[in-house]
Amino acid sequence: MSGKKATYTIDLDHVTRIEGHGSVRVSVRDGRVEELTLAIVEAQRFFESFTRGVVAHEIPWIVGRICGICCVAHQLAACRGVEAALGLEVSGQSRLLRRLLNESQILQSHLLHVYFLAVPDYMGVPSVLPLARSHPDVVRRALRLKHLANEFTRVIGGRALHPMANTLRGWRRLPDPDALADIRHRLAAALPDFDATVEFAAGLRIPQFERETEYVSLRHPEEYALYDGQVYSSDTGELTPVSDYRRITNEFTVPWSTAKWARWHRASYMVGALARVNNNFDRLHPAARRAAESLGLRVPCHNPYMNNLAQVVEIVHCAHNSLAMLDEVLDRGLVREEIGYTPGPGYGVGAVEAPRGLLFHAYRFDDSGRCQEADAVIPTSQNLNNIEQDMRAFAPSMVASMSQDEVRLHLEMLLRAYDPCISCSVHMLEVEFIR
Amino acid sequence: MKTALLRPRIGFFDMAGCEGCQLAILDCEDIFLDLVDLVEIVEFREAMSETAPRFDIAFVEGSIHRETDGLRLRDIRARCRWLVALGACACHGNVQARANAWSPAENLQRVHGAEAAHRVQTDDRYWPLWAHTRVRPLHELVQVDYFLRGCPVDRDEFLHLVKRLLAGSRPCFPARPVCVDCRRHGYECVFRHGETCLGQITWGGCGAVCIGGGHRCDGCRGLLPQADLDLHRRLLRASGLDRDTIEARYGLFLSAETGKGRARP
Repeated sequence: MSGKKATYTIDLDHVTRIEGHGSVRVSVRDGRVEELTLAIVEAQRFFESFTRGVVAHEIPWIVGRICGICCVAHQLAACRGVEAALGLEVSGQSRLLRRLLNESQILQSHLLHVYFLAVPDYMGVPSVLPLARSHPDVVRRALRLKHLANEFTRVIGGRALHPMANTLRGWRRLPDPDALADIRHRLAAALPDFDATVEFAAGLRIPQFERETEYVSLRHPEEYALYDGQVYSSDTGELTPVSDYRRITNEFTVPWSTAKWARWHRASYMVGALARVNNNFDRLHPAARRAAESLGLRVPCHNPYMNNLAQVVEIVHCAHNSLAMLDEVLDRGLVREEIGYTPGPGYGVGAVEAPRGLLFHAYRFDDSGRCQEADAVIPTSQNLNNIEQDMRAFAPSMVASMSQDEVRLHLEMLLRAYDPCISCSVHMLEVEFIR
Repeated sequence: MKTALLRPRIGFFDMAGCEGCQLAILDCEDIFLDLVDLVEIVEFREAMSETAPRFDIAFVEGSIHRETDGLRLRDIRARCRWLVALGACACHGNVQARANAWSPAENLQRVHGAEAAHRVQTDDRYWPLWAHTRVRPLHELVQVDYFLRGCPVDRDEFLHLVKRLLAGSRPCFPARPVCVDCRRHGYECVFRHGETCLGQITWGGCGAVCIGGGHRCDGCRGLLPQADLDLHRRLLRASGLDRDTIEARYGLFLSAETGKGRARP
């Protein structure tokens, strides 16, 4: 069909292999893209409304339920928001355990996304199931690593999903030292599997589409910022305190989306693995920087499809960094700490890097210490606007050079590359052709 | 249900929820390859692009918030032999049912602002997607054959259900409290160290995982049919909780079952 003046509509309804429900609608007339919208069709769940009246220490426990795949990030952002509101201190030990918990979940989430959700597109199959027969080694490795990451979260947080051992200020029940030593041993033993993941990912043929945008992430003076830091924009090179988040996200609503959209210094911005790797390359573990080199990921990278490879870089970072943190925990030992607090009024903002990008939570408590106001700005809702801008930018050259099926595939892959998590942001993609 | 099923066709569907229960099932990594030999997963939007017209077992996660989702659920019901409510949101509305305490317009206003709430009412383009009615568990709309409880579901209960259906027998989830799980694991009762717990009134089968993790039971698996709430209220009051705190505790995960207009399977 290339070269011909095609007229069709692509409706990608309830796009598969993404977390949540979304649809993409593209109409092409005489070979030109007339209209393109990214519709978020997930039902409203109203977390920010029904947290009203909830006492401070229950907030992280409830709002973790916003998302199954990044529950830890929601718990941690909530803890940080509540702690900022009430002026609560967090010990060095709790901070270290939180960073371990967060990195364990980033491992879970990135491994799931790269191997199970994104790779089938690159192998030309509709899901991971056919790969179990054609590439049994890859699937077995993926399952091994995913299982390990789940166990890692379980050891630190008590459960792989919606962990309960952690709460405001610290841990209700500290991780078992023997279990920590065991998971450290297993993580070290899995390093060849992580290397093999890099080698495998280096063989994926990433579509070549570039569009420079604003990259936004946390940045920390010493660490590769995943748990802590200030907000860094690649447009200004400046740091903005987390408490100024409303000035960053500037949320607005559009009729075709039940998620809110965001923009900062220009029409749209990007958060997530690629934004973080672009902004914080110098803070990555050396093994992760080597992985980036093997993957051909040079920063700044402006190809959104490369987000999948940035996730692989972060998988390597989290594996090596977690090993170092586990050594530190085992070295200093864990001591039981006081985690009580006095309820009261206050307002505070917390932010962490969720697997999909920057996540803000803000809370206000009344005099009785009950939640009066809650706000969560989810990474995917910050990305949606940027995804649509990417699609608008790439669609014309796709339409000119690809078949209808290829256009459909590349749009779906683009959406998946962002690893959208639409349950969080409120579900997402449909492509229907009109001839 | 007399005969064993040869490679049943299974579909996973999601309504409004966090999709964590589907992930909890993907978490069967150690036996995943054996499992996909025994069953045929024919539709699972979160993990695959394939779709199918009919299923033996449909697992539905999440609760129903809009008429359009109700229509999707009825369609799934018509295409499957057994419909399983997957997780707390599907079984009883979970934390999401807390939103039923306020009108949809007020919820919209609090999340999106007055201007957006107004637009939903006046701009037709917003209506189909944004029309929120009330958070409803699946059994309020269709017949549900089995309930896999919890937030998230317990993978052993999921495997029990699949194995029983494969063997042509009836899955069995006894109506007993979380306390039974707690005793089995030898956990100390949280009341002993001055905490309070909803384990006595909550469906067990979870292995008392939250008590094992240093927390307490908040009732995510739903209210037992034989639960005596008045007796439990007296127990909590005797443990030092005031009336408001008790109702707030029930209201966290069990608002649909303990509040007004409660609906129980």
